[in-house]
Amino acid sequence: MTESLATVAYIGATILFILSLGGLSHPETARRGNLFGIVGMAIAVLATVLGPRVTAAGVPWIVGALVVGGAVGLFAAKKVQMTQMPELVALMHSLVGLAACLVGFASYVDTSIAYTGAEKTIHEIEIYIGILIGAVTFSGSVIAFGKLSGKIGGKPLLLPARHWINLLGLLIVIAFGRQFLQAHDVASGMLPLLVMTVIALLFGVHMVMAIGGADMPVVVSMLNSYSGWAAAATGFMLSNDLLIVTGALVGSSGAILSYIMCRAMNRNFISVIAGGFGTGGGSTAAAGGAQPAGEVVPVSAAETAEMLREAKSVIIVPGYGMAVAQAQHTVFEITRLLRERGVQVRFGIHPVAGRMPGHMNVLLAEAKVPYDIVLEMDEINEDFPETDVSMVIGANDIVNPAAQDDPASPIAGMPVLEVWKAKTSIVMKRSMASGYAGVDNPLFYKDNNRMLFGDAKKMLDEVLGALKA
Amino acid sequence: MALRIGVPKETAAGEKRVATVPDVVEKLVKLGFSVAVESGAGDAANFADDTYLAAGAQVLPTASEIWSGSDIVFKVRPPSADEVAQLREGATLIGFVWPAQNPQLMEQLAARKATVLAIDCLPRQLSRAQKMDALTSMAGISGYRAVIEAANAFGRFFNGQVTAAGKIPPAKVFIAGAGVAGLAAIGTAANLGAVVRANDTRAEVADQVVSLGGEFVKVDYEEEGSGGGGYAKVMSEGFQAAQRAMYAQQARDADIIITTALIPGKPAPKLITAEMVRSMRPGSVIVDMAAEQGGNCELTEPGQAVVRHGVTIIGYTDLASRLAKQSSTLYSTNLLRLTEELCKTKDGTIDVNFDDDAIRGLTVLKEGAVTWPAPPPKLPAAAPKPKAAAAPAAAPKGHGHGAGEPMSAKALAIVFGVAAVLFWLVGAYAPASFLQHFTVFVLACFVGYMVVWNVTPSLHTPLMSVTNAISSIIAIGALVQVAPPVTGDGGGRPSGLILALAVVALVLTAVNMFGGFAVTRRMLAMFRK
Repeated sequence: MTESLATVAYIGATILFILSLGGLSHPETARRGNLFGIVGMAIAVLATVLGPRVTAAGVPWIVGALVVGGAVGLFAAKKVQMTQMPELVALMHSLVGLAACLVGFASYVDTSIAYTGAEKTIHEIEIYIGILIGAVTFSGSVIAFGKLSGKIGGKPLLLPARHWINLLGLLIVIAFGRQFLQAHDVASGMLPLLVMTVIALLFGVHMVMAIGGADMPVVVSMLNSYSGWAAAATGFMLSNDLLIVTGALVGSSGAILSYIMCRAMNRNFISVIAGGFGTGGGSTAAAGGAQPAGEVVPVSAAETAEMLREAKSVIIVPGYGMAVAQAQHTVFEITRLLRERGVQVRFGIHPVAGRMPGHMNVLLAEAKVPYDIVLEMDEINEDFPETDVSMVIGANDIVNPAAQDDPASPIAGMPVLEVWKAKTSIVMKRSMASGYAGVDNPLFYKDNNRMLFGDAKKMLDEVLGALKA
Repeated sequence: MALRIGVPKETAAGEKRVATVPDVVEKLVKLGFSVAVESGAGDAANFADDTYLAAGAQVLPTASEIWSGSDIVFKVRPPSADEVAQLREGATLIGFVWPAQNPQLMEQLAARKATVLAIDCLPRQLSRAQKMDALTSMAGISGYRAVIEAANAFGRFFNGQVTAAGKIPPAKVFIAGAGVAGLAAIGTAANLGAVVRANDTRAEVADQVVSLGGEFVKVDYEEEGSGGGGYAKVMSEGFQAAQRAMYAQQARDADIIITTALIPGKPAPKLITAEMVRSMRPGSVIVDMAAEQGGNCELTEPGQAVVRHGVTIIGYTDLASRLAKQSSTLYSTNLLRLTEELCKTKDGTIDVNFDDDAIRGLTVLKEGAVTWPAPPPKLPAAAPKPKAAAAPAAAPKGHGHGAGEPMSAKALAIVFGVAAVLFWLVGAYAPASFLQHFTVFVLACFVGYMVVWNVTPSLHTPLMSVTNAISSIIAIGALVQVAPPVTGDGGGRPSGLILALAVVALVLTAVNMFGGFAVTRRMLAMFRK
């Protein structure tokens, strides 16, 4: 295969990748979209292997690597539980980051292609930046994986003067970058490159450690974006347009997701990345905000079942608590039972419910909940006043009326699901503890609100039992 | 010590309601009380003694045993002098009392050192009190029953019909006063198919009238009639003249008039004059729900249905009692809610807590001391309308999330400015080969931007896993490093090291590539209708 043939194959692969992302606009076309992605990837890999840049001596290595890696990947994809998707995705980002680092180093030590003048400088900048992004992606993703899987505590770790530490790191990286560019041969450039890599790794760790549980959707999509930029940087480094285009697609996708997540929390990107929620304002804000008046009315599972049975329309609002309790299958059973009895059941999903974008949708899909009754916040918010029962399962901040009523609240202005506008709302929760934002939730004290305390799975099982009885 | 709740049979003539129904007895017993019911108390409302027994109550044969043997007495109507005389000293009475209208009764109760909670004195404006609001629940029933009584006396269908025997026009119903009773009447009449018009001095109820299927008729005069606490106030002379003109016109047009106008502490306003009655078509019906307070119609005879000038004027004062089973059930539930408030400890004792605005308002006598009228409840200051609430509501709607509202001109200018500077820098210093890649990169970012905004939010997780799989395109970078065609000596190329790095990178990306696509596939297969 000639260079030109390989290039047109790359163009084909690029188009297929774009179609692949375009297909995700609807669940019906998404499956085909995924297929496009697979075909595009196969074309790209084959064109490269058969192309002029790979000689026959490399083929056994390539096949071996693909078989080993592919087997591991397929095994992981088969075994992973849907509640663990965020962890898996984070782990995979780390692989991309690490691969980008390795390719960067390999490219640097490869002296077979000689650059001169400005091209040499540009090439070295590309390597430097590629490795930098790759390293941050790698270590950040590993920490994100640890946090999501519970191996590392979810509380944000806020070092003193952490912004200064980051700034210092950036300055060191720039200083070593100068040194790296001035190096005459590979050996003398290696030290600055390694120092920068270590700093980038530490920076990735530090950045994600500072971010708490409910901000994870932003972090996961941000790392998604980084893995794309890492690929694009590698493309620049190797003068490969396919990598550049694909990297840019992935990078902008992740960036948009981060933006959507931030907007859904009414926070700007910088403040999320800077870590903590309303730093230092948690307690004072709760005091400054209106103290919720009224009383909390607990109900039993049997009473909940009674309310659901008598309702004509029900909206279920799931949150991370449902994922933790693995309650989605029970939720589906309840949904099915109610629908059989002619109750209209729908789901309202907040963009940041769960630990990654679209987390709740995947869990509900896994439990066989039909996607046409799973609606987004903007679609369903108007329907709450005509709803008899809204049931909140393991969510808190995303249904907090203070976001709308109380300008002093730290979450003021954050779009929320207006569950309190339903005739009755039932909140399923372990305790009265406040959510991630540390804000008391006036919803719990509303007249039309009932609290069902306990583990979501256990309580829902009881509700299901009572419904069947 | 568990207190005993007594439920005597209502003694007022024609009163069919009972203060407690068996379902509520059960719940009272759960709260720790013991309940005694007079034999036959529920008969008129179709609750037999047996059902009370089954619910855990004691059934006693005579009223005096109830009155003298109970710590708390649940009543519907105000008790008679005889009954008060039998009340145990220091006992508690809960029911309708109307302290303003019954000063004598208050004196008698005070003499018994009684604690009296008058359900009619509930501060209705407290949203917390709604569950105990017996006036509202009774008024709703009365409104329903008023329409039924009117239909009974009216000689035609309510709904318009086209039959083989000819076309029947719908009945025209006019409802004066859109309070709870009025609204219930509007809904009931509209459901029967009548054309419903309604008027109220409080303009804010217009939306509620419309939502129930009625048409709001305005008085052609500017004045706002909200008198606080959900009641209307007395209006000015000019307004009343305009109102009379409107009523006169409605009277000529309507088949049925239902009046519900009450002003607290005052006789009911005379809205319908004898002249207006005369102008109505023969066979028309007026239901005067304010008959007990003197009536809204000049010709009303309280407690009776009379025919004047060919118009049936119904002045029943016991509309709620005529739906005894329904009204008893709702009333006793109201009392149960009140009892729950009084007995937060669930141990069968009550605590008349004056810090509680609702209970303070209800209590007209405490251990014989008059505590009526209660000071107005401390309402929380109306929360300032948050500006923030408007902003998210205005957020753009459309497929997916949309790219949000357009940026302000200033922000746009800044973005363009920064971009221009960056591009100039790139153009000034970068070599041509870089620019070619840079072009591709920038365009690809835009394509990605356009494509990804179209992704439905429910597929964000698959989007992440598929982009993750695609980002393993970095494998290409590793592939070309495994064994490139090397010319000459390769400039001292460390082939072994590069091969090792490339193969490791390849394994990592392969995990990602295969795993990412496979898991996306698995996820997408689950999304179904």
